[in-house]
Amino acid sequence: MSSKSCICISSLQKKFLMAITGVLLFGFVIVHMLGNLQVFLGPDAINLYAYKLHSLPAFVMWGARLSLLLMVGVHILMAVKLTIENKKSRPREYDNEGTVQASYSSRTMPMTGLIVLSFIIFHILHYTSRVVPGMEYDDKIPSYSLEFEDGSVKQVFDVYAMIVEGFSNYFVSFFYILSMGLLCMHLSHGLSSMFQTLGLRNKVWRPRLNNVARATALFIFIGFAAIPISVFSGVLHHNDSNTYSSLNSVNDVQNDNITSEGTQ
Amino acid sequence: MKLKLRIWRQESSGCKGRMVEYEVDNISENSSFLEMMDLLNEDLVSEGKEAVAFDHDCREGICGSCSLTINGIPHGPQKATTACQLHMRHFDDGQTISIEPWNARPFPVIKDLVVNRSAFDKIIQSGGYISVRAGSAQDANAIPIPKQDADFAMDAAACIGCGACVAACKNASAMLFTSAKVSQLNTLPQGKPEKDRRVLNMVKTMDQAGFGNCTNYGECEAVCPKEISLDMIAKMNRDYAVASVKNFFGTVA
Repeated sequence: MSSKSCICISSLQKKFLMAITGVLLFGFVIVHMLGNLQVFLGPDAINLYAYKLHSLPAFVMWGARLSLLLMVGVHILMAVKLTIENKKSRPREYDNEGTVQASYSSRTMPMTGLIVLSFIIFHILHYTSRVVPGMEYDDKIPSYSLEFEDGSVKQVFDVYAMIVEGFSNYFVSFFYILSMGLLCMHLSHGLSSMFQTLGLRNKVWRPRLNNVARATALFIFIGFAAIPISVFSGVLHHNDSNTYSSLNSVNDVQNDNITSEGTQ
Repeated sequence: MKLKLRIWRQESSGCKGRMVEYEVDNISENSSFLEMMDLLNEDLVSEGKEAVAFDHDCREGICGSCSLTINGIPHGPQKATTACQLHMRHFDDGQTISIEPWNARPFPVIKDLVVNRSAFDKIIQSGGYISVRAGSAQDANAIPIPKQDADFAMDAAACIGCGACVAACKNASAMLFTSAKVSQLNTLPQGKPEKDRRVLNMVKTMDQAGFGNCTNYGECEAVCPKEISLDMIAKMNRDYAVASVKNFFGTVA
């Protein structure tokens, strides 16, 4: 019979964990997107936002990071367990295996999930740790003089310039937009699935929530993809083109000006 | 009609099965799918070969016996129709039709197209009942039931337990069947006293039988001959969540 592990957690409990971690991660994606969209308000807005985020007490920031990691971990662990069990339950394929109404996104959840995971890893190395070879922005990008409301000026890391610089790379932008497309597919099924799994829908609300899920997923795709597209179309560009065209030569001079706070 | 059939032949549960090709001729467009199978078997028997074993009983779409996956779709291409109620006019002359048994580990093949569906019986035994005082029936209108609830329970009760939902599911999940049985009784006042225990036990038995997990494909709903909706699964998920919390605090009735 079934080879369920001894930590007896029922099929529905696994699905609940999938749904709850999924919806929390979805919340993070929404907040992250709204944060990112501040890039359209100019360097001051996004740099101030980034500065404030990084000035949060360490336990808050690391608490948030670790809980996100935990959620991703649980989400993946449950996905793997559920998938292995599902493969075991269906010994073979039909002669002409077909699909009647299952959506393409629902059938590609493991694949879209895996590609989005690989994207997340790259994205963190690229923009958070900034350790991708050739894209070490801490050394390359001069610090930004951020003026506060009380008139004080602080040298901070120039997130705006990093975004423009990062997305000027065709491969980075392509992978980014592709991943956001796959994330959109993943969420269009995932979000409506979440309502179903937690039992939060009925005959009336099913079509409505399915549309909400699709619309939200599309909104997320547009919100994220708008940034690399704007960099390419020139809507977002380096403020002082002179500074950046000679980026590398300026580096040595600029490095002296960067305060320890600014390189955070 | 002349048809080419590809049929799953399997000696017994322990043996390996394979697809075997047959040809049938002079099939009336008005015959049902099972009648077409009968004609094939008559041909086979007259040739001294062994007939193809398949499940059938009422042949009017209410018993849930027939269990043929036709061209990859349980009960065939016609919506809300059991294989016995499917007519040959829905196929083209000269078409190749593949016929396979339900494909799920908890439904082992007994012979050819016949599968053992006792896993469903075990699920029913673990909670698909209500405990009432036997004896004279009480007055029919003694327990008021809202129309909405009565309709919902009736929709759930339409399940004939054929197992097409499991056969259609790419995960071989029995959620639609189990949820129909849970929802039918949990919606009605007569089923309320055992509501929490019922959903916990039936899901547990479902898991133990080795059915897969639901990933909300919706294939079950699409092939269900009785059009049981995914809303039943949502209802069961809801009841299970509540029952789990109660169970955690040790307050399940």
